[in-house]
Amino acid sequence: MSVLVYTENWDGKFKKLSFELVSYATRVAEMLNTSCIALSIGNVDDAELKKLGSYGAQKILSVNSDNLKVFDTQNYTEAIAQVAKNNDAKVVVISNNNVGKAVAPRLSVKLKAALAAGVNGLPLSTNPFTVRKRAFSGGAIAHVVLKTDVKIVTLPQNSVDVTETPVNAEVEKISISLPEPKTVVKDVQKQAGKLLLTDAEIVVSGGRGMKSPDNWGPLVELAELLGGATACSRPVSDEGWRPSEEHTGQTGKIIAPNLYIAVGISGATQHIAGVSGSKYIVAINNDKSAPIFEVAQYGIVGDAQKVLPKLVEAVREIKGK
Amino acid sequence: MKILVCISNVPDTTTKVKFTEGDSKLDTNGIQWVINPWDELSLTRALELKDDGNTGVKSVSVAHVGLSSSEPTIRKALAIGADDAIRVNADSSDAYFVAAQLAEVVRKEQFDLILCGIESSDYNGSSVGGMLAEFLGIPSISAVSNLKIENGQVVITREVDGGKEVVTTPTPLVAVVQKGIAKEPRIAAMRGIMTARTKPIKLYEPVPVEIMTEYVKYELPKPRAAWKFVDAENPKQLIELLQTETKLI
Repeated sequence: MSVLVYTENWDGKFKKLSFELVSYATRVAEMLNTSCIALSIGNVDDAELKKLGSYGAQKILSVNSDNLKVFDTQNYTEAIAQVAKNNDAKVVVISNNNVGKAVAPRLSVKLKAALAAGVNGLPLSTNPFTVRKRAFSGGAIAHVVLKTDVKIVTLPQNSVDVTETPVNAEVEKISISLPEPKTVVKDVQKQAGKLLLTDAEIVVSGGRGMKSPDNWGPLVELAELLGGATACSRPVSDEGWRPSEEHTGQTGKIIAPNLYIAVGISGATQHIAGVSGSKYIVAINNDKSAPIFEVAQYGIVGDAQKVLPKLVEAVREIKGK
Repeated sequence: MKILVCISNVPDTTTKVKFTEGDSKLDTNGIQWVINPWDELSLTRALELKDDGNTGVKSVSVAHVGLSSSEPTIRKALAIGADDAIRVNADSSDAYFVAAQLAEVVRKEQFDLILCGIESSDYNGSSVGGMLAEFLGIPSISAVSNLKIENGQVVITREVDGGKEVVTTPTPLVAVVQKGIAKEPRIAAMRGIMTARTKPIKLYEPVPVEIMTEYVKYELPKPRAAWKFVDAENPKQLIELLQTETKLI
């Protein structure tokens, strides 16, 4: 018996998300009196793999195959399913990111395992296996019982703490035979080195209250000074003021940074649905009855154009820049 | 090429949900039901592909798993422009159940391209598309933000961390779509509403499927504490508060 966690890598490196997943899986394994096994797919060196042991993974399995170079949902599902079966995994933990959303449902069918997507914290109980999960786009939290022998849970980014519980983990290279992937990649368009919105711990986001695409300078500067990323509301992305990847909200990206600064965003239900998981929300808006203030801990009622430069100045001062 | 768009019937996205029976059931009183936003965008894209005469798209069908109470949502999809519809006559218990029913529909009706929204705005499972593909043993591409048909081949742009990838797979395939797939959902014109009344809705009885998950209770999110007011003339105070209280900057 085991708890299996799939830890994705980015060009051979893990990131905070990977350690969140292992920390979480280790805690679930403790609840079930079993051990946590981590699975890595792709080319990751031993030193990097060993890092997963710092968060409680007792065994680290590494698979590297030409047929897993392309992200093909069928081959990835097959690889994870085989490892789950061979290690008698009772719970499989995956991220609720693009990769997890693509693989977890397939895995659910392949393993005949109930799936809870986007769980909120540790299981409430292990018998029956009950988890809390996001429902109604943040409008409610559902308690869901997973009734099958094997269960799959997907975990939103930045929703659990990274906890160090170092163990002497063994790294094992395993091989899995897979067919050639059916997915063929024709073109890749990636921006290297840019902080991903979903990874950012601080996000500065602008809405229609920014008035014009030309007014974004101080907002971008504030995000840079804070080491954060920029985001925007749907109208702003629809108007083409900002790239669509920045659209945050129900139909855009769902993010949960530690600090979300909403500038000139009124806070429609659909926008709140994408940011309500943030630890702290700051609202800056000239309308004090704007719904964004209902979810904020700090607020400034004022004109974004006037407030932003002063904020930039204040941050520069404390950062000594 | 035959396209199937899977549609879910969800509360209007501005609904403030409430629960009954000891917080175990959604209170459907006063809820306006709509086509799940991502499914509506999928349908729009499917119709655009059909309208462009060079893609070889012969028909666009919609399929839905639900009781007869969800027929207005199906009629709306027909009014927007779907050629025909299939309804599996069952309460949609969970994603696994729904996907198993849809798999049965695809096996019988033989579609080449199946579009599913990335999630439904009610249970946020992000599951049906991938499950359906696995039931059928066919490829699935997720996080699809653009979909074209070139020389009979489906060419898909999917979102990956930090960018995009253009990919192809053989058909039949399931594309799980998200933002970007179509600009605005297509709106039903008067003529569409009239013709929708006579378009066929084929009825399927459900196949037996094990129910794997049970929603036992709902909580409403805790209201956040009252916010702290910072004077617009002195934004520096905000930075100081964030420094001392949140310790994040």
